[in-house]
Amino acid sequence: MAGVGGGNDFQWCFSQVKGAIDEDVAEADIISTVEFNYSGDLLATGDKGGRVVIFQREQESKNRPHSRGEYNVYSTFQSHEPEFDYLKSLEIEEKINKIRWLPQQNAAHFLLSTNDKTIKLWKISERDKRAEGYNLKDEEGRLRGDPFRITSLRVPVLMPMDLMVEASPRRIFANAHTYHINSISVNSDHETYLSADDLRINLWHLEITDRSFNIVDIKPANMEELTEVITAAECHPHQCNVFVYSSSKGTIRLCDMRAAALCDRHTKFFEEPEDPSSRSFFSEIISSISDVKFSHSGRYMMTRDYLSVKVWDLNMENRPVETYQVHEYLRSKLCSLYENDCIFDKFECCWNGSDSAIMTGSYNNFFRMFDRSTRRDVTLEASRESSKPRALLKPRKVCTGGKRKKDEISVDSLDFNKKILHTAWHPKENVIAVAATNNLYIFQDKIN
Amino acid sequence: MAGADGDDSLYPIAVLIDELRNEDVQLRLNSIKKLSTIALALGVERTRTELLPFLTDTIYDEDEVLLALAEQLGNFTMLVGGPEYVHCLLPPLESLATVEETVVRDKAVESLRKISQEHSPVDLEVHFEPLVKRLASGDWFTSRTSACGLFSVCYPRVSSTVKAEIRQHFRTLCSDDTPMVRRAAASKLGEFAKVLELDYVKSDIISLFTALASDEQDSVRLLAVEACVSIATLLPQEDLETLVMPTLRQAAEDKSWRVRYMVADKFSELQKAVGPEITKNDLVPAFQNLLKDCEAEVRAAAANKVKEFCENLPEDSRENVIMSHILPCVKELVSDTNQHVKSALASVIMGLSTILGKDNTVEHLLPLFLAQLKDECPEVRLNIISNLDCVNEVIGIRQLSQSLLPAIVELAEDAKWRVRLAIIEYMPLLAGQLGVEFFDEKLNTLCMAWLVDHVYAIREAATCNLMKLVEKFGADWAQNTIVPKVLGMANDPNYLHRMTTLFCVNSLSEACGQEITTKQMLPVVLKMSSDPVANVRFNVAKSLQKIGPVLDSSALQGEVKPILEKLASDQDMDVKYFAQEAISVLALA
Repeated sequence: MAGVGGGNDFQWCFSQVKGAIDEDVAEADIISTVEFNYSGDLLATGDKGGRVVIFQREQESKNRPHSRGEYNVYSTFQSHEPEFDYLKSLEIEEKINKIRWLPQQNAAHFLLSTNDKTIKLWKISERDKRAEGYNLKDEEGRLRGDPFRITSLRVPVLMPMDLMVEASPRRIFANAHTYHINSISVNSDHETYLSADDLRINLWHLEITDRSFNIVDIKPANMEELTEVITAAECHPHQCNVFVYSSSKGTIRLCDMRAAALCDRHTKFFEEPEDPSSRSFFSEIISSISDVKFSHSGRYMMTRDYLSVKVWDLNMENRPVETYQVHEYLRSKLCSLYENDCIFDKFECCWNGSDSAIMTGSYNNFFRMFDRSTRRDVTLEASRESSKPRALLKPRKVCTGGKRKKDEISVDSLDFNKKILHTAWHPKENVIAVAATNNLYIFQDKIN
Repeated sequence: MAGADGDDSLYPIAVLIDELRNEDVQLRLNSIKKLSTIALALGVERTRTELLPFLTDTIYDEDEVLLALAEQLGNFTMLVGGPEYVHCLLPPLESLATVEETVVRDKAVESLRKISQEHSPVDLEVHFEPLVKRLASGDWFTSRTSACGLFSVCYPRVSSTVKAEIRQHFRTLCSDDTPMVRRAAASKLGEFAKVLELDYVKSDIISLFTALASDEQDSVRLLAVEACVSIATLLPQEDLETLVMPTLRQAAEDKSWRVRYMVADKFSELQKAVGPEITKNDLVPAFQNLLKDCEAEVRAAAANKVKEFCENLPEDSRENVIMSHILPCVKELVSDTNQHVKSALASVIMGLSTILGKDNTVEHLLPLFLAQLKDECPEVRLNIISNLDCVNEVIGIRQLSQSLLPAIVELAEDAKWRVRLAIIEYMPLLAGQLGVEFFDEKLNTLCMAWLVDHVYAIREAATCNLMKLVEKFGADWAQNTIVPKVLGMANDPNYLHRMTTLFCVNSLSEACGQEITTKQMLPVVLKMSSDPVANVRFNVAKSLQKIGPVLDSSALQGEVKPILEKLASDQDMDVKYFAQEAISVLALA
């Protein structure tokens, strides 16, 4: 069966896997976000230990025609440390909630990373020259003769050295969020970005750390009246004045910053009327939106709730234009998923470069892709078993009925501890990065 | 230069050079700040061939070091051998002009602009202009944004072919893909227009201006408003209507509140730039709309400009325009829902009275002032009170004070001490305007009440206030109204209040003069020297030191000296200390 993506028929094949093979997974090593930069040459991951790892795609070389640009570690740094808020007696985890790249502005690369409270702007730059030549000592630091009898002055000279990649924190945007930050998104004006927590959205200038503007505040005067929280927010890719935010009630609000300084009144409100026949105790929980993403074109947006992915046309508010079931077979299992808290998992979703296909994760290390034009879908698995170089990924099937066909997996044998929450799609090519617990899988297309 | 057997004069320079690479940022920064010393020691030749190449590649450093470097290089012309060699400074500044940090880039551009003046016309074309082009066509937007600031300095001094190229480059940057570059171009548009020939302003700049003013990004459009001011000043009046006004009208009605805010914020400048005729026909309705804007930020910005706008209206129609067009909007703003809007209005509204004259003020403005004086927001009330003087000139304070007083009393008793503090600061001004009689009758009790406020800052401000009042109303007034009350507090059971007496004496003695000080204040101060609280006693010592110069020598010797001597043997350390200090300062030993 053909894979889903780019329009051409192709199959996905394994390319690389990163991370330890041990069955024993350290909590700190669990990947918590994955993000390609604008060119796709760099891929960043953040983990629960507060680290950011950046992979760089190797130039394709003629000697090894089969290695189509593998991603290798470019830089690793500790972005956030665990902290303690003494005023509130709260531990602040170091876990990286989101990473967002900035459009490239000079030879260096910049990204924003955030944990629950603090957003940091990092610069990743290269250095290939080193100064040499001191007046008073040699390169090892030993003093030269009598320092008071210098006959001539030496100016340091820059000499080539092995490439060194440095990550340096450039700005720290702190103290603006009372609740946990769930989203950051860089605006298309390249000078501002927004950050969202459970109840508020703030707008920052990238160069100013001591103030931000609160543009959305849904905190009720009395917290007992709280009925919904903000779950995700994103800026429009082209219109600098437009952003959306999703809520735990399954609705999305689109705001226009031109209209007013405070965006507490939305411009558009996207909501699909509930089907009364399928209402249950879990309806509200599973309708909560865990991720919202604009298409690259800016015409559509996609939302992920517990069981489905929906594509909305920004011009139509009353229902999504496309709805894809991610793992409908779990509907009968909601009760046990509630008991083991899985029902609150926040799955993310992403578009391919041409907006023709979408991808999102599921359980048992399965992830799903949907082709928007052919409506074909496929379930693939990120697993060590198929991790031989250029091995084709076999589509997986989950059976719900009594008779299990060959190659099918019964719903009851799915492993709910292996979940794929974070995935990323290269902005131009069919290369995807899939985070499976502590491993990062990279898959590529194989054109027939 | 050093001799063959070495000499120690090179040692400090050697240290400075080595510290250019020190791991400690502070030391590197220190070395960079003394770059001229290093260059001087190296001589012009080595500065050019060794130091500058090293600096060119040192752009990995911390921002503050790079900032200092960019600044230094702007003053380096003589150190590289004078204007003949000034172009050697271009490579390091070029690389600094591409770093991501805006402050560093801006400083590099500033230095480049500075040294561009030191280039000969030939060098400008051979060295400087190619650099501008390189930056303008750089891969990264950082370099292209820097280029925007350099066009205007080289344009006037180059040949017409090069001029054409520069104009082309500027055009290209105005339609750059990245909003950063378009913003940089938009912010330099006015400056560039100023150095262009008028024909090109009309043909080139206007189309760029129109394009930027309708950019898809509101962050670009709002910068075009600023450019509008410069461009409008450059064009002859008859061209404004066709070339500038359509764009300006569009900006004033832009969908984005930020653009409208910018128009409101620049309104006075725009008004001056387009002249009286267009103001009457176009800007008046535009201003009305801004005052009624749906976004509070815009209304506040416009409200801030009400006075300036009215002042700058052409005289023949001023009163008419204000009365029939502006005042109705102002009336609405007085009861605006947003306190920032009301507060902005309150800070300028009093200025209208001088423009409108007595009758209009009494009939139309006074009700507005009074409404604002009763506003629930203290900032609004305060803004009105702080501008009372301009109304006073027009209608006289009597009329105003009747209605003013309740508002003042209310502020004087506000629960927030900062509000009380602010009103205290206006007391001397008010007192001057209201006159002694009125003051005694209505405000004196307030001023006294502040002396026993529970916040120290208020008590302190209250004593200072008394001094200013005495300066205004004279010593006689002080003797009759203030001094007895102040001195009465010396017997207060609360030692903080007793100290307030001393603080008042400190600030009043000079204004009250020798007689009152000696006859009335001194006995009380001296009596307090046996206060049971040490803090009071050492403040007595401090007060005596303070009022000593006002007293005559017999009082000093006969009355002050024995008391200070007694205090100097007090059992409390601080009392002793201040008593001894007073003795030595007053030379009583």
